[in-house]
Amino acid sequence: MAVRKRDPLTGHQTTGHEWDGITELNTRVPRSIWFFVFVTHLWALIVWILLPTWPLVSTYTRGLLGIDQRDEVQADIVQANAVRSDWASRVEALPVADILADPGLMVPVRDTAHQLFGDNCAGCHGADAAGGPAFPSLVDGDWLWGGDAETVMETLRVGINADHPETRVSQMLAFGRDGILGRDDIRTVVDYVQSLSGTPLSPERTAAGAAIFAENCASCHGADAHGSRDLGAPNLTDDIWLYGGDDASMFTTVHDGRQGWMPTWEHRLTDTERKILAVHLQDLQRGAAP
Amino acid sequence: MMSNLTVQERATAMLIATAAGVVGLLMATAGRGDAMGVHGWIVMIFAAAMFAIVADKLEAPEPTEDRAASYYDDPTRVGILIALFWAVVGMGMGVWVASQLAWPDLRFDAAWSSFGRLRPVHTSGVIFGFGGNALIATSFHIMQRTSRARMPNQVLPWFVLMAYNLFCIIAASGYLMGITQSKEYAEPEWYADIWLVVVWVAYFVLYIRTLARRNEPHIYVANWYYLAFILVVAVLHIVNNLAVPASLVGAKSYSAFAGVQDAMTQWWYGHNAVAFFLTSGFLGMLYYFLPKRAGRPIYSYRLSILSFWGIVFFYIWAGSHHLHYTALPHWVQTLGMTFSVMLLVPSWASAGNALMTLNGAWHKVRSDATLRFMMVAAVFYGLSTFEGSFMAIRPVNGLSHYTDWTVGHVHAGAMGWVALISFGSIYALTPVLWRRETMYSWKAVEWHFWLALGGTVVYVFAMWNSGVIQGLMWRTYTQSGTLSYSFVDTLVAMHPYYVARALGGLMFLTGAAIGFWNVVMTIRHVPRAVPALDYPTSSEAHEPAVPAAE
Repeated sequence: MAVRKRDPLTGHQTTGHEWDGITELNTRVPRSIWFFVFVTHLWALIVWILLPTWPLVSTYTRGLLGIDQRDEVQADIVQANAVRSDWASRVEALPVADILADPGLMVPVRDTAHQLFGDNCAGCHGADAAGGPAFPSLVDGDWLWGGDAETVMETLRVGINADHPETRVSQMLAFGRDGILGRDDIRTVVDYVQSLSGTPLSPERTAAGAAIFAENCASCHGADAHGSRDLGAPNLTDDIWLYGGDDASMFTTVHDGRQGWMPTWEHRLTDTERKILAVHLQDLQRGAAP
Repeated sequence: MMSNLTVQERATAMLIATAAGVVGLLMATAGRGDAMGVHGWIVMIFAAAMFAIVADKLEAPEPTEDRAASYYDDPTRVGILIALFWAVVGMGMGVWVASQLAWPDLRFDAAWSSFGRLRPVHTSGVIFGFGGNALIATSFHIMQRTSRARMPNQVLPWFVLMAYNLFCIIAASGYLMGITQSKEYAEPEWYADIWLVVVWVAYFVLYIRTLARRNEPHIYVANWYYLAFILVVAVLHIVNNLAVPASLVGAKSYSAFAGVQDAMTQWWYGHNAVAFFLTSGFLGMLYYFLPKRAGRPIYSYRLSILSFWGIVFFYIWAGSHHLHYTALPHWVQTLGMTFSVMLLVPSWASAGNALMTLNGAWHKVRSDATLRFMMVAAVFYGLSTFEGSFMAIRPVNGLSHYTDWTVGHVHAGAMGWVALISFGSIYALTPVLWRRETMYSWKAVEWHFWLALGGTVVYVFAMWNSGVIQGLMWRTYTQSGTLSYSFVDTLVAMHPYYVARALGGLMFLTGAAIGFWNVVMTIRHVPRAVPALDYPTSSEAHEPAVPAAE
């Protein structure tokens, strides 16, 4: 049945079988293959002897080197912290003003703040920290809760309307939806608020708007509409609008209310990291950041 | 085609379609209000279509074909066309998701078109839709030819092919609706998984029964690989998808494994899906079509044995290299790493065996793009297996893991090896299957070849660059000992490579579309030619096609 033939090209014999015209040569496995089998197996054997490899009943072979990835990670973390400890301990100890005044110390602060801000803050506040619709700018000097380093660190720690027992809480009422103000009243008060930033308005509507404002808005935003940092209520006279200053956006704001949200960073970032971010914001505002 | 079935077989097929329709009805009623209900409707529509196709020919006369003297090729033909359809769909999705990475607005703000839902449509579309159908179709062809026996049954191959494609449709439509069990390459939920087990058992039975009818004393290598593919994929699929449905009337289920055991099971599955779905099966394809097209004997039978058992044995251990530097115990990682490196030798032995087979036929490689597809596929097989073993070494993986390097590596294998060997095989197979003189346009085959090769090279080089840059940026520290770059910084650096990758993918897709067109034109416009040696009884040995007992 099996008819061995010799392949004229290579001189090797076939195995004598044929499938749909396909035959196979019975060529020896090349020596190079056996060589690489030997090399890879020898390497594996050496690795098995040196490193943890084979499971036993209740433990595993530990390897002559005694290496374990958990120990390696621990050692790496200790070493990485040691590299940083020099400047990090000074950042922890010094007041923010002193850090800002120390050009040498500001080098690691700026180095570190770039990645910290980029990975944790930029997603909402933008890579340039200038914010966007619904997310406040951190470089325009207009602060909802206060812009000094201590306050910023506290805001970072507890968040705003966040899942933290001490979180900052702020909510603007839905004046229209909840039936506190009628639609005309809302339009009137919106016009009035816009006029605080310089948009012209007739004296009658100004008077009507001021009355509605005093009745409904002043308790949070203040009688002078300059806002309140205790309540996170924005200043309404500076022509800076978190949710838009046009008629439609402001109508929506007053009608449906607003509630911003910022996560708590207490468990995600260390005290030092939050302090670095607070210093970074001071640094950005004084225009000295690269 | 349905008139080639006996009336009895047509009735059986209609009965199966009816049963599937009833299952669909149950799913649709029980699962209403859940995505499972939508799947019930899809099953019903699919079953109704199958029923109608067969019923249309129910009254046709009994077939006159001599089954003792012919192979059954109808399911193979349909399988090839379906494979090409999925190729265009799956690769089209790939270009879309690649473009989304470069230009995120291409999501168009819909839920179904978000990256997380489209990406599995791409991966399942190319792996299971294109690759799976190509494997099933070519295996039907090869198991009959190399056994010199017709399939034992005419309904079973149709069931395997169509039921498998129903699984693919359920999978893809489920992803778009947000159904996933969050296991890579095993995303479909429990009822789709159960269905695939049924399909797979039927496939296994069909293959074994055909081999049992063979008129050749020995089983050809290609069949070893196809059988390994069928058998081990069944084991992998069943174990990795062990889960408890949250409710029998909803899609959600919970894995039987938790934590690091779940991760290890998943990557044992994931890596061996690469081994037995994307390697073993396609090596079966290579082992038949490459020597056939080259007209040369396989270089070494002994090398075939060494590489088959080497691949089968070593691959199973290697999955843990996907979990280096994770909660997985160190010893499991070491095992995975060492077996991955030992795996390289049998992998290269396979690639070398294929390339050495071409000795004496290199002039054909130059002039025949079909054979060139297969040659380049073998080269990419060698390249990507080397790269895979290299990346499995722990410190290397420390740089490459989670980066685009992995994506590049996967696509070197998927595009350069799996897709190219499939296209080469399809070009070799199409004239034989449809009894045509030749392909409609050899120039189109050349265009496809160069677009596919160019697209792969552009893609892989872009991802190598992107991945290494990404990996290095992640581990770059400032002089102060803190990280230099934020994640967004790395995205900015990778953007040009993302654009290049989308371009490479587009080239590859264009080639596939040309290939689909060429196959259709071959069927429609090329004159018939009955090839010699394509019947069970016309072999040189003049042995009967069917064993005497039958």
